Amino acid sequence: MATKPLPIKEKEKESQLYQASQWQLIWWRFRKHRVAAVSGVIIIFLYVIAAFVEVIAPYDPSAFSPLYAYVPPQQVRVIDSEGNFRAPFVYGLARSRDPETARITYEPDTSNIMPLKFLVRGDEYKFWGLFKGDWHLFGIDAGPRDRVFIWGADRLGRDLFSRLVYATRVSLSIGLLGVIFSFVFGIIIGGISGYYGGWIDNVIQRLIDFIRSIPTIPLWMGLAAALPVEWPPTRVYFLITLILSIIGWTGLARVVRGRFLALREEDFVTAARFVGAGEGRIIFRHMLPSFSSHIIAALTLAIPDMILAETSLSFLGLGLRSPVNSWGVLLQEAQNLSSVALAPWLLIPGVAVVVTILAFNFLGDGLRDAADPYGD
Amino acid sequence: MLSYIFQRVLWAIPTLILISILTFIIIQLPPGDYLTAYVAQLSETGETVDEATIEILRERFGLNKPLYEQYWTWISDIIFRGDFGQSLDWNVPVADLIWQRVGLTILISFLSMIFTWLIAIPIGVYSATHQYTVFDYIFTILGFVGRGIPNFLLALVLMWLAFAYLGINVGGLFSPEYTNAPWSFRKFLDLLAHLWVPVIVLGTGGAAGLIRIVRANMLDEIYKPYVETARAQGTAERRVIWKYPVRVALNPFISTVGWALPSLISGSIITAVVLNLPTTGPLLLRALLNQDMFLAGSFILILSVFTLVGTLISDLLLVWVDPRIRFS
Amino acid sequence: MSDTHNQQAINEPLLEVNNLKTYFSVREGTVRSVDGVSFSIAKGQTTAVVGESGCGKSITARSIMQLVPKPGKIVDGSVLFHRYHDSKPTEVLNLSKAPSDGELMREVRGNDIAMIFQEPMTSFSPVHSISNQMYETLRNHRRVSKREALELSIDVLKRVNMPKPEQIALSYPHQLSGGMRQRAMIAMALSCEPSLLIADEPTTALDVTTEAQILDLLRDLRDRLGMAMMFITHNLGVVAEIAEFVQVMYLGKVVESAPVRDIFYNAKHPYTKSLLLSVPKLNERVDRLATIEGSVPDPFSIPTGCPFHTRCPEAIPGVCDVEIPETFEIDAQHTVTCHLYEGETRA
Repeated sequence: MATKPLPIKEKEKESQLYQASQWQLIWWRFRKHRVAAVSGVIIIFLYVIAAFVEVIAPYDPSAFSPLYAYVPPQQVRVIDSEGNFRAPFVYGLARSRDPETARITYEPDTSNIMPLKFLVRGDEYKFWGLFKGDWHLFGIDAGPRDRVFIWGADRLGRDLFSRLVYATRVSLSIGLLGVIFSFVFGIIIGGISGYYGGWIDNVIQRLIDFIRSIPTIPLWMGLAAALPVEWPPTRVYFLITLILSIIGWTGLARVVRGRFLALREEDFVTAARFVGAGEGRIIFRHMLPSFSSHIIAALTLAIPDMILAETSLSFLGLGLRSPVNSWGVLLQEAQNLSSVALAPWLLIPGVAVVVTILAFNFLGDGLRDAADPYGD
Repeated sequence: MLSYIFQRVLWAIPTLILISILTFIIIQLPPGDYLTAYVAQLSETGETVDEATIEILRERFGLNKPLYEQYWTWISDIIFRGDFGQSLDWNVPVADLIWQRVGLTILISFLSMIFTWLIAIPIGVYSATHQYTVFDYIFTILGFVGRGIPNFLLALVLMWLAFAYLGINVGGLFSPEYTNAPWSFRKFLDLLAHLWVPVIVLGTGGAAGLIRIVRANMLDEIYKPYVETARAQGTAERRVIWKYPVRVALNPFISTVGWALPSLISGSIITAVVLNLPTTGPLLLRALLNQDMFLAGSFILILSVFTLVGTLISDLLLVWVDPRIRFS
Repeated sequence: MSDTHNQQAINEPLLEVNNLKTYFSVREGTVRSVDGVSFSIAKGQTTAVVGESGCGKSITARSIMQLVPKPGKIVDGSVLFHRYHDSKPTEVLNLSKAPSDGELMREVRGNDIAMIFQEPMTSFSPVHSISNQMYETLRNHRRVSKREALELSIDVLKRVNMPKPEQIALSYPHQLSGGMRQRAMIAMALSCEPSLLIADEPTTALDVTTEAQILDLLRDLRDRLGMAMMFITHNLGVVAEIAEFVQVMYLGKVVESAPVRDIFYNAKHPYTKSLLLSVPKLNERVDRLATIEGSVPDPFSIPTGCPFHTRCPEAIPGVCDVEIPETFEIDAQHTVTCHLYEGETRA
């Protein structure tokens, strides 16, 4: 025979393919999707930041000082005004009042060199509200009056970077929590709907259609506005999350229902019934594994919607409020044109929102593609 | 098909009723009622009202009646007399305030939707027929980015850029001289001149997602045999693409038209706040912040009704447009 | 008869395919789907192109129409089409050199050469009525209004023996049965009276009874309209029913070419012989069905020498696996591409 035999390496890869478990297959396919993998890394990075918020932020987010209102972001430099290389540092600030607009302007004061130090002791905090500590990732080792504003300061002289870092924990956790609530709602109701079919399914579907046909923002606004202003921030936090998931569960319910409906007719379910498996066992042992990967993908794609919803509500002033920080609350400072024109760095939380939403979207897409058994 | 239409319309009625009940509940949620808020407002200005007067007023406004009676009064006022109650904040009938704004909201949402289609469909079709070209990659990336940027953020950034680099303020829907003027042709032109900003902001947000859907649907269709048949008949390529696969690819998307309405209207609300447009958004927000519940509730009710009508129309459209369903 | 046919092919050629090569460049390599195919079809003649799946017969048809899907390209060879007016030759068109979306090809498609496909259900747009799609052909090649086109369509539907043609014209594809859809497709192809009809496995998706009806129809139309046909199939029974000439293809090459009787009673190429042997016969008792040993090679690793040698029961070691065989003439119209016939005259 004159045909070339397949090289041995390929033969091995092929047999590996046949023996791989479902999860292994998904993992391999996912890895090939580079953008999704990168997004995954970014998200893990963000959640790590969210976990170590107190350490990473150089200052207490509520610490304000009128002296530093609207300080622009200070550049971290390595070359000083004379051209020498130094360890990373920032220049101190010289305040002056613009004669025409009567506004305060800040110029870097080249005579005041403040070196950047890592692992410094600074403002005290309670790590996750439990442990006291005062180590910070970075800061400047200078007098108590000097501060470094990596990303500028807001109207009250609060460090935007610190506030942003603290806000990350809130926004990301609401996203996760909200989706978990939605998930519980969605999987139970969607599961019942899809598994039993018939009139239960009809009624539930009508309900879902009904909820979906109401414009969400006015609904949220209405519900959120009903929360009394006096309530403590944590209670507000949980209620907001609950409100968001009350609307959000419909999407997940639909996915779950669709899967159940499709799987119900599969032969392997009938086979399981024939050998006498109980309903619960059929659902959990046989049907669920078939679409758990789809559920994970759907969940991942639901998180950005949740984050966006909270951001929108807080932006309008109806969601979380100070002293609780979320990206939406931060963006509220940038609500009007004059503030933004004066201090464009107030839009930086917006960048955080966009990056997070994009990362979750890419990740979810990648997971969905990887989970699709008819994919590559 | 007729039975489907009939069913669908029939279902709309209880849905409407449910929406009105839900809205009423939302109105009643904040503790206290119209009167307590009114009294609180009065006391802030130094006036006081004694208990007896409050009771009489309560009796007069029917606020001591059971909830379901209050609901009935409220809803029958709306349906039979078009009376949406009194705005506490502005002290005028709600009806005076809402109709113009609701109209503008619907107009903007509708125009945005058309704008979205006008850019998304050609781009999606081109992307699909020129897969893997530079153009396709650029628009795929733009599409992804567009999905990630919230509407109001885009509005904010655009406003800032226009102001910082062009020195113009693109907020508002009318120039100062037309804001309170009666409707005229010139006012209409002024409206158009300002309208493009919110329409673009809302439109591009939706376009990003739509481009991907159109592209995906098209990719499903253009390799199917009937496209080859059209070519074999001697038809020019452009007509082959636009008459056949586009038509099939757009089918599932026609049904989503109506369902895009809720999110469009929602999105326009927040964007309106940012851009300071005289539409529903800012007024609703203020009403909610000030607990002016009749105003807020009426807004929610009307917007929901319009959305419902929109989704109904689009469901009916799908049935009419797809011959596979129509003739089954 | 063979002589007059031969004369016809020489005097009134309709389609001449010469050394046609259509290659697909994909990431894993180049697939030589059509690798040097030559044949010709005379006016009014029916030629069947036979072979297993993947032998390149469909791509050959599409190459003629310049409908080869990307990333395929015609890389060599020529396709010449002869136009006639009142039985007199008018012009010769070089189809392979014309740009695939150019004016010439658009003129030819549907007008001079028409094509019908295998799957009538998916070959019609689901959201357009039958007459709407037939209108396309007419619109491209004749000056007709929509109303005139509708009347013409109904006319053509009558000609293909479609029951209730007026109703069918206004219906949608999913409302028709498989056989009716194929009739409609044939009607659509015939509406501008092409001189050549390319049929790509038109009956493969139909049940046997409907298949017989469609074959009857095609034969009838061919006789009445004097239309030439290029009939692609893998079913030898259909070949016997309808073909006058047969081209047998394997892995992109024509291995044998002969009038239909010669193919069935005087097959020369081992592949043709194997094909004929593998057709089960009603009057024979067998314990095992005869098959061709081995399977069609991976398109990325085509065997050296004669592509069939890996499965050929008569392969000559040292010759068949090394040298590509040339084409030899068995007689005036019967050619075979095989080392076994080295002694004959070269074609």
